Amino acid sequence: MSSTPIRVTVNGAEREVEVAPNTTLLDFLRDRLQLTGTKECCDLGECGACTVLLDGRAVNSCLMLAVEGDAREVTTIEGLSENGRPNALQDAFLAKGAVQCGFCIPGQVMAARYLLSRNPHPTLAEVREGLSGNLCRCGGYVQICEAVLAASEAGT
Amino acid sequence: MQPFAYARPATLADAFALLDEHGPDACLLAGGTDVVVGLRNRTLRPEMVIDLKQVAELQPAISEEGSWLTITATTALAGIDEDQRIHARFPALIEAAATVGSAQIRNRATLTGNICHASPAADTAPALLAYGARVNVASARGTRRVDLDEFFVGPGKTVLQRGELVTAIDLPIAAERRGAAFARITRRRGVDLATISICCVVESAGRTVLAYGAVGPRPFMVADESGLLADPAARDGAKDEVLRQLLTKASPISDVRGSREYREAMLLVMSRRALRASLERLRAA
Repeated sequence: MSSTPIRVTVNGAEREVEVAPNTTLLDFLRDRLQLTGTKECCDLGECGACTVLLDGRAVNSCLMLAVEGDAREVTTIEGLSENGRPNALQDAFLAKGAVQCGFCIPGQVMAARYLLSRNPHPTLAEVREGLSGNLCRCGGYVQICEAVLAASEAGT
Repeated sequence: MQPFAYARPATLADAFALLDEHGPDACLLAGGTDVVVGLRNRTLRPEMVIDLKQVAELQPAISEEGSWLTITATTALAGIDEDQRIHARFPALIEAAATVGSAQIRNRATLTGNICHASPAADTAPALLAYGARVNVASARGTRRVDLDEFFVGPGKTVLQRGELVTAIDLPIAAERRGAAFARITRRRGVDLATISICCVVESAGRTVLAYGAVGPRPFMVADESGLLADPAARDGAKDEVLRQLLTKASPISDVRGSREYREAMLLVMSRRALRASLERLRAA
């Protein structure tokens, strides 16, 4: 089947590309754009490792076709850093020891970013609810939630 | 994922033309949270995927006209939660929609998709049933309205015929006061299917509607017209009798989420809780 032209903005840069319709946004980001910070894990929308922002809303990039990204704005974990440095939310994850093996962390950070954009001062229960779509096999949930609360207090 | 063609029709007429042209080889796409999984697992093998998100008539919208509130087919569950009219008029639908998947899922998954997927455990189905929803169905040959209770046929099966799609879901705006509650048992709070789900709506006139998910081949509803369940003076034992009678319509199975016996026991417990919460809300209304 023929490729479909799309115009998608990824981390602020607009790109005109052709993609095969049977490509997920996740595969497009990782394989075509080499943005491998977004992780592939369950491929079912259950683990959240592939979380990115689509027009500011958290979505599972494994559950989206790349062609659906046409005329949309995608932000990946690579788009959060400022001047090549982790941003304050990412720093909070480091400061609280929230990163163990690290595989789930890009998705956790993107989900946290979305949560804080909607609710700048969440309670612990709201953080748990907001991140319930992100699994951590190391079981680092306590530190992850602490990091999000710390980032919230710091006003990031 | 096997290769397929992709189309983004701008109008319903264009969508119908594509549906008719590709027949059984066409697949409709809205939120994609079920469809993309099916494409990857190859349980869906379409030649043509028709993305409905650019169809002018289906743009995400919630509107009120006369005594009906209408939710268009591409409205995501997050959009339901962000609508104050639905919070005010259909709070149990808000409670049900909030349990679907995760924030990421709810930003994409649509209410209409939740219904068209026809999972026996569809979280929004009991709330939509209990509120008396109807489904707007359209094809190149015309439109029809189907009560949601008649829309579900069995697991994954609806009354939709080839060439048809759902354009919107309507909810009747009640004139009288009512109290409603949604309740659910699940193994994990987020991203899990319901072991049991239930929605209860008590009308001030005395009618009580209960709708259930995950305890039969399709979501279903039952009603107590006698007024006993809504009667604050009625004894708990008498209410249990009525609930037990209504619950004979349930036919739960054993699966990874719970045994048949567990579901049967919890049905009564959850029904009591949902009824109690509904009655409290009716009093507070």
